Amino acid sequence: MQYESQRVALYYFGGALALFVAQVLFGLLAGLVYVAPHFLAETIPFNVLRMIHTNALIVWLLMGFFGAAYYLLPEETENDIHSPKLAIAQFWLFLIGAAAAVIGYLFGIHGGREFLEQPLWIRIAIVVVALMFLYNGTMTLLKGRKTVVANVLMLGLWLAALLFLFALWVPANLSVDKMYWWWIVHLWVEGVWELIMASIMAFMLIRLTGVDREVVEKWLYLIVSLTLFTGILGTGHHYYWIGTPGYWQWVGSIFSVLEVLPFFAMVVFAFYMVWKGGRDHPNKAALLWALGTAVMAFFGAGVWGFMHTLAPVNFYTHGTQITAAHGHLAFYGAYVMLNIAIMTYAMPNLLKRAPYNQVLNMWGFWVTTAAMAFMTFTLTFAGVVQTHLQRVMGMDYMQVQQEIELFYMYRLGAGAVVVIGVLLIVYSLVVPGRRQAAEAPAAE
Amino acid sequence: MAERLTKSAARNVFYGGTIFFFVVFVALVAQSHSYIVTKSSNDDKLTADVKAGKLVWEEHSCINCHTIMGEGAYFAPELSNVWVRYGGREDPEGARQALKAWFESQPTGIPGRRQMPQFNLSEEEMDNLIDFLRWTSKVDTQGWPPNKAG
Ligand code: HEC
Ligand code: HEM
Ligand code: HEM
Ligand SMILES: [Fe+2]
Repeated sequence: MQYESQRVALYYFGGALALFVAQVLFGLLAGLVYVAPHFLAETIPFNVLRMIHTNALIVWLLMGFFGAAYYLLPEETENDIHSPKLAIAQFWLFLIGAAAAVIGYLFGIHGGREFLEQPLWIRIAIVVVALMFLYNGTMTLLKGRKTVVANVLMLGLWLAALLFLFALWVPANLSVDKMYWWWIVHLWVEGVWELIMASIMAFMLIRLTGVDREVVEKWLYLIVSLTLFTGILGTGHHYYWIGTPGYWQWVGSIFSVLEVLPFFAMVVFAFYMVWKGGRDHPNKAALLWALGTAVMAFFGAGVWGFMHTLAPVNFYTHGTQITAAHGHLAFYGAYVMLNIAIMTYAMPNLLKRAPYNQVLNMWGFWVTTAAMAFMTFTLTFAGVVQTHLQRVMGMDYMQVQQEIELFYMYRLGAGAVVVIGVLLIVYSLVVPGRRQAAEAPAAE
Repeated sequence: MAERLTKSAARNVFYGGTIFFFVVFVALVAQSHSYIVTKSSNDDKLTADVKAGKLVWEEHSCINCHTIMGEGAYFAPELSNVWVRYGGREDPEGARQALKAWFESQPTGIPGRRQMPQFNLSEEEMDNLIDFLRWTSKVDTQGWPPNKAG
């Protein structure tokens, strides 16, 4: 840490970690309802558990991105955050808005579009939060050194905010509604969030490996170019069966298959930089998370995405447990791991703790990642059986679900291990290690 | 990476290419928008009742248990074709009554079976909701779902 104003990132990281725990706990409850269907059915029905699970995920990931931006912008631009006070106010507005939304959900106050269930005034509050950030971040950038890392990060956050404006509009025609809904959901995770991801990865790799910035920045442009050249038209893989024209089956299939390229490039980039750099950075855990992000994003988004993205395959797998399997590993591998990576890198610096509880943190990495992988496998098997029985054989939905009950038990078990892993991660980041003083000081 | 590619060239490729692909995408979406409202979705039959039905659908967040056109949650049956599954094509009045009976009899309380909540819908809300489900079942979705099971 070189700038005092970077410390505002701690608010965001703290809030994000708290919501991370809540997110996986609600996931666990939802997983339990699959196995014990009467559990909570009268008090908090499945739909409410699920919306809390997914909304908490999105909010904490965004909170982590804001924290990462406030940490990284001063070092990249070489000056302090324009207004740390505004950054703190933005944090509280975001946290209170999220808390109000969750309390509302528990009382049945919510909208009915997946992931965008927030009541209108909460959505407006989110826009205000975004504006506060964009003003603060952009002013910081304008005053200082404009590196490619900082530019791409701010571009990603700007575009994410602009796309979110579509959340304010709910078309009456369901097909039109769905078409623009994907402008938020798909163009976020397979478009502009990847810019955020690539720039944060580039920032960490410069620090962790010592590779020359010039080299890293060319890679960064390559990755974000591949992302948007494929990901924008790749939106077509959601336009196969919602009332949109048939040509999307071609456009969506071709471009979304190419979406695997930026994820593959990210893997090559990360490992090549480590090999080339050869710096022995004391924060081993941060490097583990950074490399893990590239690899797991490639599997979750790239491999599991490819599995069901071709139109003739998607015709049968659309909206089955295959989708749930992919959704979990992709979100975990790309964005959950990215956030934990930057926190693992930044928090010891912010808290002035020399490498801290590294070993525990790495245990958290392996336990959580292995359990998420196992959960993905069980859902994939469930999805394959479901696809065959229901989509090919035409067996009734509820009957099929009984056939795949066993997989849901495995999913629940894996989910419980995920929760343990997450607690390990959070503990290792928040609680100072006992032997921290004895270890080498953290390099910036 | 090629040493010949300068950083500013890489930047220009990125911005230029992005704008190009975005423009193509917007053009295709605009065409699709008009295709939906003129051809595939019977936009002219999007009556006040259907619109009100969509609001009931949203108010109770059915999407977080069910899929509709394959999107949503995977906890309960696909609903874009529930009208067809209930025989609405052959006997619309019968299907309507059966769906109303379904809403009214929830939750089933059957041990070990997933539960759908009781929403205490009024007669009018049920009619609107069913109009919305019927309208949805008539959208041309390129032949999806593969069969009646949804
Ligand atoms: C908490 C989860 C949940 C919510 C919310 C929910 N449902 Fe359901 N729904 C179910 C389950 C589970 C079934 C299957 C129950 C069974 O077969 O015993 C079902 C079945 C149905 C069926 C019968 C489907 C068939 O093919 O037999 C219809 C119609 C239906 N739901 C409509 C709705 C509508 C409309 C809403 C919103 C107003 C809604 N549901 C909200 C869980 C839910
Ligand atoms: C980090 C990047 C990604 C994330 C976070 C992600 C996440 C998700 C999620 C959550 C869904 C379910 C949406 C819903 O609720 O309906 C989904 C659907 C889908 N994703 Fe991804 N995804 C990513 C990348 C990819 C890639 C690269 C591909 C293709 C190669 C892909 C292909 C698909 C397809 C085809 C669907 C539709 C599934 C269906 O028909 O039900 N995804 N994705
Ligand atoms: C960091 C870890 C996790 C991430 C990133 C994550 C992400 C998600 C996402 C994106 C969805 C929506 C899926 C879609 O629409 O396709 C979802 C749904 C769900 N998640 Fe998680 N989740 C995580 C952990 C868990 C855990 C630990 C459990 C516990 C078993 C769990 C259980 C569920 C359930 C039951 C659903 C609903 C699926 C359905 O509709 O049938 N999740 N999760
Ligand atoms: Fe997508």
